[in-house]
Parts: sequence; structure tokens; C-alpha cells
Amino acid sequence: MTEVNQGRRQKAITAPTTPVTENRQFGSKMTDSKYFTTTKKGEIFELKAELNSDKKEKKKEAVKKVIASMTVGKDVSALFPDVVNCMQTDNLELKKLVYLYLMNYAKSQPDMAIMAVNTFVKDCEDPNPLIRALAVRTMGCIRVDKITEYLCEPLRKCLKDEDPYVRKTAAVCVAKLHDINAQLVEDQGFLDTLKDLISDSNPMVVANAVAALSEIAESHPNSNLLDLNPQTINKLLTALNECTEWGQIFILDCLANYTPRDDRESQSICERVTPRLSHANSAVVLSAVKVLMKFMEMLPKDLDYYGTLLKKLAPPLVTLLSAEPELQYVALRNINLIVQRRPEILKHEMKVFFVKYNDPIYVKLEKLDIMIRLASQANIAQVLAELKEYATEVDVDFVRKAVRAIGRCAIKVEQSAERCVSTLLDLIQTKVNYVVQEAIVVIKDIFRKYPNKYESVIATLCENLDSLDEPEARAAMIWIVGEYAERIDNADELLESFLEGFHDESTQVQLQLLTAIVKLFLKKPTETQELVQQVLSLATQDSDNPDLRDRGYIYWRLLSTDPVAAKEVVLAEKPLISEETDLIEPTLLEELICHIGTLASVYHKPPSAFVEGSRGVQHKRLPGSAGSGESVESPDTGSAAGVSEAPPAVIPSQGDLLGDLLNLDLTPPTTTGPPPPPASSGMQMGAMDLLGGGLDSLLGGDLGGGPAMGTGFGAPPAAMPASFNVPVSGGLDDLFDLGGGVGMPMGAFNPPKTVWLPAMKAKGLEISGTFVRRAGVIQMEMTLTNKAMSVMTDFAIQFNRNSFGLAPAGPLQVLTPLSPNQSIEAALPLSTVGPVMKMEPLNNLQVAVKNNIDVFYFSCQYPISMLFAEDGKMERQVFLATWKDIPNDNESQFQIKDCHLNSDAASNKLQGSNIFTIAKRTVEGQDMLYQSMKLTNGIWVLAELRVQAGNPNYTISLKCRAPEVSQCVFQNYEMVLKN
Amino acid sequence: MIGGLFIYNHKGEVLISRVYRDDIGRNAVDAFRVNVIHARQQVRSPVTNIARTSFFHVKRSNIWLAAVTKQNVNAAMVFEFLYKMCDVMTAYFGKISEENIKNNFVLIYELLDEILDFGYPQNSETGALKTFITQQGIKGQTKEEQSQITSQVTGQIGWRREGIKYRRNELFLDVLESVNLLMSPQGQVLSAHVSGRVVMKSYLSGMPECKFGMNDKIVIDKQGKGAASDDAGKSDLGGGSSGKQSIAIDDCTFHQCVRLSKFDSERSISFIPPDGEYELMRYRTTKDIILPFRVIPLVREVGRTKLEVKVVIKSNFKPSLLAQKIEVRIPTPLNTSGVQVICMKGKAKYKASENAIVWKIKRMAGMKESQISAEIELLPTNDKKKWARPPISMNFEVPFAPSGLKVRYLKVFESKLNYSDHDVIKWVRYIGRSGIYETRC
Repeated sequence: MTEVNQGRRQKAITAPTTPVTENRQFGSKMTDSKYFTTTKKGEIFELKAELNSDKKEKKKEAVKKVIASMTVGKDVSALFPDVVNCMQTDNLELKKLVYLYLMNYAKSQPDMAIMAVNTFVKDCEDPNPLIRALAVRTMGCIRVDKITEYLCEPLRKCLKDEDPYVRKTAAVCVAKLHDINAQLVEDQGFLDTLKDLISDSNPMVVANAVAALSEIAESHPNSNLLDLNPQTINKLLTALNECTEWGQIFILDCLANYTPRDDRESQSICERVTPRLSHANSAVVLSAVKVLMKFMEMLPKDLDYYGTLLKKLAPPLVTLLSAEPELQYVALRNINLIVQRRPEILKHEMKVFFVKYNDPIYVKLEKLDIMIRLASQANIAQVLAELKEYATEVDVDFVRKAVRAIGRCAIKVEQSAERCVSTLLDLIQTKVNYVVQEAIVVIKDIFRKYPNKYESVIATLCENLDSLDEPEARAAMIWIVGEYAERIDNADELLESFLEGFHDESTQVQLQLLTAIVKLFLKKPTETQELVQQVLSLATQDSDNPDLRDRGYIYWRLLSTDPVAAKEVVLAEKPLISEETDLIEPTLLEELICHIGTLASVYHKPPSAFVEGSRGVQHKRLPGSAGSGESVESPDTGSAAGVSEAPPAVIPSQGDLLGDLLNLDLTPPTTTGPPPPPASSGMQMGAMDLLGGGLDSLLGGDLGGGPAMGTGFGAPPAAMPASFNVPVSGGLDDLFDLGGGVGMPMGAFNPPKTVWLPAMKAKGLEISGTFVRRAGVIQMEMTLTNKAMSVMTDFAIQFNRNSFGLAPAGPLQVLTPLSPNQSIEAALPLSTVGPVMKMEPLNNLQVAVKNNIDVFYFSCQYPISMLFAEDGKMERQVFLATWKDIPNDNESQFQIKDCHLNSDAASNKLQGSNIFTIAKRTVEGQDMLYQSMKLTNGIWVLAELRVQAGNPNYTISLKCRAPEVSQCVFQNYEMVLKN
Repeated sequence: MIGGLFIYNHKGEVLISRVYRDDIGRNAVDAFRVNVIHARQQVRSPVTNIARTSFFHVKRSNIWLAAVTKQNVNAAMVFEFLYKMCDVMTAYFGKISEENIKNNFVLIYELLDEILDFGYPQNSETGALKTFITQQGIKGQTKEEQSQITSQVTGQIGWRREGIKYRRNELFLDVLESVNLLMSPQGQVLSAHVSGRVVMKSYLSGMPECKFGMNDKIVIDKQGKGAASDDAGKSDLGGGSSGKQSIAIDDCTFHQCVRLSKFDSERSISFIPPDGEYELMRYRTTKDIILPFRVIPLVREVGRTKLEVKVVIKSNFKPSLLAQKIEVRIPTPLNTSGVQVICMKGKAKYKASENAIVWKIKRMAGMKESQISAEIELLPTNDKKKWARPPISMNFEVPFAPSGLKVRYLKVFESKLNYSDHDVIKWVRYIGRSGIYETRC
């Protein structure tokens, strides 16, 4: 190489401080810091005098002092007129200072601020573009209505200014004005001018216009303001190559909101965005990654380009890790999301996530998370070696997380489990308190994943019993002792030692101890009777905690009524824990991918969780994949997208109307340990005396008796296990059906299940359902589907107060945890004795469902026929009398169109829904059916149904003392007759 | 977007407070002081959310810079902006310190007004800013000058103004690399990478078009054999120590002056450089790294109260080259009571305050070896926790690029002015420094 002089240079390159030394003069020449020190009394008065001085220098000094006081939070608003007087000056520095003051105080002195308007308007005409821009920029920051009125004309001119510097400033000013007065901006047509600026010749003007439009569009979700089409996209992509780094970010972020029409367009945009991955600015890189991650969804996977793109993404992501620590943190939080969505991108890059000794703690913790996500059979040895190193570091949080990570590796990579366990044992040997405790917690999880494999380590664990002082570790240890009681010789002694301080333990430990001792008793009944007695009485009699008491009672009754059943319940086989319990729920993950680089991706929360107002409430989604015939990885993407188009049933916010619902106790049965015993019918009967009246409601309010019941409940306990995994109420129905006698010729019409709660809105839980009434029992039949990736447990349900007092008659029975992609049927018997509140519409029901993830709310409508009692057939005479008795005002008439049943068929059909025909009259070829029905709350509804042969339109007249139900009843007629 | 920007001193007193959005009130200033600066715990995250307000913070010496927002802003952009803000301030008045900030607070407000509009970052290239944000005011400008300023600030080449003239056209290239290593006690490389920067100082007239070439494997392979052998002859002069002809670059990023689309399609690096010093590119390599030093540790525990440590370092580069500023840091347990050190070369000292033996060697040639041995006396303790044995770390500086990168050319074209590529005086320098260079023991 000849062009370049070689060798080491001595004098040629001086220290990089050259530019600094030239500018030091600033510091020495001007000692502005003195302004910070004035704290004398009468200061304001003095400043006033100085501001009104004739000498320019003195004025300027005074304004500086004012600004300094303002900065430190002193109130200098009293000087407003004096400062504004200094505004008309040709000294730009002074002008800027005055403007700064104005921006701060104009709002508190709106009348005074008007004094400044003239100067602003004049400045907007100044020949110097810098001054024009300064004026329009500052004016936009003064949030006083009177000033904004005057702003419109200058702004209009500045948007069309010949100088790009003025135009780019004016573009942002439109956003400012919109923030103050959105209507004004629309009325004045600024939005159209702003849209025109997207085609401006200057890249920076384009970028600022895009930024302003994006912001305005955010507060008008459906305005289609940023009308992105291939032409505008092309303009943006052109500007992307030419504008500043910040402009590139605005444009890329805007681009990410676009949905290409097909995979071709998607690919061509990706091709033009990829060069940005080499930009020195990390934010440009991350925004480019966002666009690529999003548009990639549309590319067919067999496309060569798809593979190329995947390969191109890895290096820039790794490079982000050599940025400053704060940016590394942002990058790592994003990589965490990217790795979950597309693990293939970084699967070979494990090493770069190894923790460095002097990384800040927040970087260390994030790296650890990603290491676990990337752990696989291929790299597990390396990962484990690293984790073991980390477990000896200083920071307690980090060490704990490292220990926990070892456990997660064991669960994730089956082949490594053995090595992980032995590593954990080594760590326990260190005897460092928090390490030991953390290790025990994760070993418990390993037992849950690989039962009957590593129990040999229990002895070592037991040695450390005394050192455990954290509830989680104690609970884990107790669980282990209870679960493997038969293999631990002194299990009873160990558990007894915990029992001494029972009331000082946290609830978690108490519950665990209770369950563990019951387990122990069922395994070794002879030696431990006393112990179990003791714990049951501690839990039921001496405790204030309702959860603990309830669990205590349930065990007690179980044990006293049927030990065999107790064994089935308490020692039931537990489902294996899933390896990916810590993954972000897929719908949320998709949304977060659309927010790469932003705060949402740092918090791992949707913007609606931390942004106030209308901004950010829109949920973003990944585009569905295009390309025919390939059923790409996420079938739920498509379905989720489809569902969200039909939003009606879900109650949008947990707002005030749900007030009292929120206060209801939705605590599910506590987490660890076996699921609480299901309320199997036989058991409840046996336990009736203990539980008292409470059970009645459990079996449904008007379950008065009936011949079938006796036999039903008399079923021998041996039958129980069979019905164990079936929702209990389902079993009840069968019994009633056997009993017969109540059955109807046609059977009641039950509407088909509809989706009440789409998975999109409930972190992956989908609920569809319907209502049925069988033999006087109202049931809510639901299908719960888990569309998330983690197991769901601990379901519970609660209703808001409603018009007819519907309330769950028992807990929601979902016995087994709901694995991903699994559905379960659940039937919930309802009573009508709950609290009453009139709803609109009358048959509206607001429901809250809880699981281990969150609480979700939806509302649904039940057919009113659910409430028609079986004894709703009125005597003829009574009917006539009542009909006359109810004032005519209460009569309402409806038309039922397109019904092709004859009167007998209709009558038959209606009877299935407990609408009883009392009499039939035929007048001039018209059949008149007189019908009655009775609501559960005792309201009678009388009806006259006119059916004319050959005419598909029926006429119905309804009379009722509570006329508001008529509409619902009519709807019900229509529904029943047409199905 | 950014709602406000505050600068605090270490006590939490506000030095600068500029609010851009209506949703940020004065109470945000105090919230940050109370919850972050005065917080007892060490910073657990550079982004803190207090009462639905997010604070992005960075610290420079004992000055806190905090950007505040209530919206879902681009977080990466906010941090990039804060760093940029620091750069701009440094370029204007030197070190970021309480005194300098107080002395220049008017200037800082003026800058903040210019580079952040309604929370949107605007052109923040120091070169451009200095043309119109000065402490002298801009009264004296002619109309042409004014429009030149605005076109530069908003233009495609926002980083360079027109009409620059030098009597002598000269440019300096520094290839600065930091080599990172994590090695197991057995000498196995756990991870190693080089992160490098090419820093350029240009003193060139007009609007020169530059083209930069290096021994990038992809480019060399593309050019085929003929060109490669031609280069081989030259590159021996290249100042590096290995005969490697090309290197595989994992990833690189460029200053905004580089035409990225051209790099993407042709892998050629062309640009119009800013005037003065700037960072042209950053890159990262992980393959075939020359590790300038090898550390061989030997730690032996003699009973419960004594440790014997022996560390050998070997230099692994051409004997004609000299490494400088070598420092080996050997951590010692917390309960160390006394240390005896013997070293063949340089000086070694036990520094109780740092819990380490620090061994310094001024210069060391290639292919040499040196050794230190130490006896560490320990106080008996009943601390159950084992000593964590932090890794032995090393610092050094070597006059070559450990990645093997070599500059092949930097061509300058300026068609409008009468100087050609040959008239430009060019200088290249390679410096390899240790990044995190650790060996576990």
C-alpha cells in the first residue's frame, strides 16, 4: 500500500482534546455560574430595576439571572412584564432568553403574554430564516389560546417558506398546535399541508412531517391520517437514505405501521431497509429491526430471501451489545422478545451473552435471562459452567437469579438435568444462605418435572432445613418432605419441627405444611394421627386466614368421611410442570414485537399499561403471513386477528360500572400442592351437616327435591373417582335425566355456544359458552380454551350484580390445569338468589374470570327463558282474571316474521322452554294461543300468540306487571320459534 | 416523545431544566431526585417509571442527565440522544462538570432549544451547530451565509459545510482496537472478540469524495486472485504483525456520512467526511484474533492461612514490536493480611484498598515471557462463604491491530478543486488495547 504513509506517527496526531481547548475560553471568559448564587432578599426588586435599565449589557445580565432562578425552581413570574419588555431586541441571545422565559410563564399570565404576540408575528416575517424559525418554534410552545389564534397565519406561511429550515420547524409546530387545539388544526387545513410536506424535496422536512403526522395520528386512531400507500412509502424510503439519524428513526418507526399488500412489496421494503442495520446509531438499527421483524411475517418461509434476512439480523443485534450500558439494556430487553419470537436468529450467539465481571447489574440480569432462553442441548455445558461462576458473585439478586437459571436449564434441557442437579448440590455445599434457599426452591421444580428420578438428593436437602428462613424456600422444603414422606424416615419429626411456630409462618408455608402433613398421614396413618389432628385444629380453629381454614375443613371432612377418596384427592397425580412457563404470552409478544425499540419493549408491557389518555391504546398486531398453502408457525395469529374485529362482548375497561365486581374476592384455591378437592355430589351430601346451609346454594337455588334426587345423591362413594375429572354439574344432569319425569317432549332450546371472551383480550384464554336450563337448574356451559403458551390454573368466576340475581351456585370446577392448546368443558350451576341490580339490557350479565395469569372481564346475555320456571302453567281462570287485571298500558305487541310452524308445533316448541299454552281458540282461521310463564323471581308474563295459517308472520301480545321484561320475552319467543 | 430534560448535580440540585411537553410538571424534577439520585440502592435500571412517568438517565462523572416522558417513546433513541447531548456539550465547553454546566447554562438552553424541538431530536452534529450557535450571536451574517447555514443544517450533508479550505490537504486514520478475552484457567478461550474503531481526522478542502478500503474478506474474495496477490506485496508494509491477508468482519456500523445502501450492495465504503475528527466506522471480529498476551495462573492454597500465586505472562507477537503500559491485576482475598511479591520484570505492589496485586511493566517486546510469584498471608475467618476468586485481568497497548485489519487505501476525489488524491498526505496508525482481558484462576 503506497498511498498512505506508514509507520507510527509521533507529532501527527495530537490528543483528541484539540477542539476542547479552543473552546475552553467560553468557560473562562464567561462565568455564568455566578447567576446561580444570588439568594439575597429583595432580589426580585433589584432584578426589576436591572431589567428596566437602559444599558443593553445590564439587561442581558438581568435576564440571565431570571432564567437561572427559574431553573432552580424559584417563582419569578412577577417579573413577566419587565422581561417581555426586553423582547424587542436585535440581540438574538437576549431574544432566546426572553423566549425561554415566556414558554415557562405565559400560561400563568395569559393576558400579559398577549404583549408578545406582535413581536412574534413580526419575527415570522424576518429576512433571516433562523429568526423566522425561532419565532414559529417558540410560539408553538406557548400554550395560551389567545396566542394560538395569532399563530395560524404565520404558521401557514412558514409551512410554505422557501427555506427548508423554517419548513422543518413549522412541521413540528403543527403537532404542537394540535396538542393545544386539535380542532383548530383540522379547521385550518394544516393537516393537508403537513401531508404535502411528505413530498418535500428536503429530507429533514420529510422526516419532521412524518414525525408530526405520526403523533397526530396516534390520537386519532381511525383517521387514516397517515394514508400510507406504495407511493408515499416510496417517498419515505428515498428520504430514509438522505436524512439525519433522527429523521431515519422517525421514518422507520412510521414505516413499521404500514402493512404491505403482499409478500413482494414486503420483500422490496425489507431490501431497502436492511442497509440501516449498519448505522452507528443503535436506535436506527433497532427501528430497522422492528420493520424487518414485522414484515418478515409476510414472507414465505421457503423463500431464499427469508433465510438471508434471518442471517442478516444476527450481527447487528450482537453489535448493540458493545454500545454504552444503558443502550445495552434497551437492546437486551428487545433481544429477549426477538429470541422468543424467532429463536433461530441468535441460536449460535450464546457466548456474547456471557456476563462480564464489570457489567452493570441491570445488564447482567438481562443477559442471564437471554442465556436461559438460548440454552439448548448443544451449548448446555458452556452455559452451566458460566452459571456456576455467576453463583459465586457478590450481588445477591444476580446470584439468586443464576441459581434459579440452573434449575430452569434442568427443566428446559432434559439431557442436562442430571448435571444441573449435581451443580445445585455443589452450590448447597457452599452453605451460603441465600444460595441454599434458592437451590431448594428450584430443586422442588425439578422434582415436579422429573418425578422419581433425583430423590436421592433429599437427604442433602434435609441437612439444610435449619438454615431456611425465607417463606418460599421453607414452603418448597415442606412440599418435598410431604411429597416424599414415605422415603424420609423422620418425615414426621421434620414436619413437626415446623409446626411449633405455625402461627408465625407466612400463609404460603402454613398451607404447604397443612397439605404436607395430610399427605404424610395418608401415607403413614399409624404414627401420625396425632400430628394431623394437631395441624387440622391449628388450621381450622386458631387461624384467622380463611384460605387456611377452608383448606383445613376440606381435609378434615375428607378424612373423616372417606379416607379412600381423601387419598384420591390429596395424593392425586400431579401434571408435569411445563418448561416454558416464563414465556411472554403470544398475543402480548406479538404486540411487543410491533413496539421494538420503544419503552413498551423495555417494560415488556403494552403501551396502554403505562401511557395515559388515548395515546398508545391502540393494540398493534403483526401482519398475517401471506403466501399460499403454508400454514406458518402461528395459526393463532390469524385467528386472533379475526376475533378482535368483533369486539362487542368484552368490557373494555375495568371502569366504574364494574366497581363492586372488582372488590369481590376472587382468590382461587392456593397454588402449590394438590388441587383442592372437587365438590363431588356424594361428598357434599355426607358433609352437609358440617357445612350447614352453605351447600344449598351450591346445588342451585330451586332444587327443591324431586324423586330422582334421593337416588342421585345416594350414589355410593366408590362411583366418585369416575366423575372426578368431569365437571360435577354435568354429572348431576345425568342423574336428573335418568330420573326422568321432568323431561319435555321437545326439549328446551339452548342457544349454541358463542365466543364470550376472545383470546386476544384475555392473554390467551378463550371462553365460549351458552346457558341451559335442565330440570329447573340453570347452568352456564363454557368451553375454556388455552391459546397461550403456558399452563393455566386456578380458575375462578364471579358475577356482577344483575337483574335477576343470577350467581354461581358453586365454584368454577376446572380441575386439571389447562395446558396450551387444550380445551375444557365446564358447567357452572347458577342460582337466582344473588344480589340484584337492574341491568341494561335486562338480560345482561357481567362476568369476571380469574386464572393464575390475571382477571378478565366480559359480558354476555342470557336468554330469558333460562328463568322460566317449570311451574309456570297458570290456571285458566286465574289467567283470565290476571289478563284483565293488568292495565292495558302494560300490554305490548310484537311481530314475529318468517315463522313457518303451525300453532301446535309452536306450542310444543315453546313448552320446551317452559312457556305453557293454557288455551287455544280458533277464530276465522286464526289460531289464538294463550300462554303463561313465570320468572324465577315470581313475575308472571301472559301472552297471546296469533297464528294465521299461510301467513308466516305471527303477532304476539304480552302482558306483565313488570312491562320492562316484555322486550326480552319477545326476543326469546323469536329465538325459540326460529330454531 | 421526550417531555423534558433535566440535568442535576450529584446532590440532586437541578442545574438545567427544560420542559417540552405539557404533561411534564415541576414535580417530575423532584420525583427523580427523591427516587433515583437519593435512592439508597444502586441503580437497578437506567429507565425508571415513577407514577406513570418514565425517566431515562445517564451519569457523566457526577452529573446526572435525565430525559422524562409520559409516552411510549423510542427508548433507544432517547439514550442515543442523551449521549449525543453529552458529546455536543463536550465539544462546546469540555468536560461535563457542575462548574462547566453552570458557566454555560445559557448556551445549554440555546442548544437544547435547537437540537430538541417538542421532544423530537433535530440535527445535532457539532460541526453544523457551531456555525450558528455561538456565544457571539449571529447578527453579522450576510444573507448568503444565513441560507448556507440553514441548508447545511437541514441538508443531505448536514455534517459538513461548503467552502472549507486548507493549504495542506492532510488526513489521519487511527485504527483503534480493543481486544477482549475470557480464558479458562486451563488456557481455553471461552470468548474472545475485538471491537474496533476507525477514527479519521480530515483536513481536506472543498467537498471531497472519499473511498475507504480494508482487507475485508468479502471484498478480497470478490476481487479474485490477481488483485489479492497484488495487495499481498503491499500489505506487508501494513504495520500489522501477521501475514493474514484478509479478515472476516462479523459486523460493522458507520458514521452517518457513509452511504449505507452502497455498502449493502457493493460493500464499498464511500463518503464525504465531516471536517476534523470523527469516528468513521466501528466493527467487530471474532475469528482468528491475535491474542497479544497469554496469562498462565497458578494458585495454590497452603493450609487455611496462606495462598501461593504464580502468574506467567507470555507476549505473542513479532519480536520487533513493543507492547506498552502493561498491567496485570491479581485479585487477593478480602482477609489478606500480608503479601510478598517477587517479579522478574517491572514493579509489583499489593494494594490493600483494591484487594489486588498490581504488577506493572513499562515495555515488553514480542515473544518474551515474564513471571511473578507471590505469597499471600490470610487471616483466619469463620466466614462460610468461599472466596469467589475473581479473574486475573490485564491491560496493555500494542502497536498493531489484533484483529488483523489493515487499511488498503483511502482515496480522495475532489473534482471542483485542483488537488488530486496524490497531493493528500495520509497517515495511518494502529493501536491495539486491552478491553476486558481476563483469565480465570
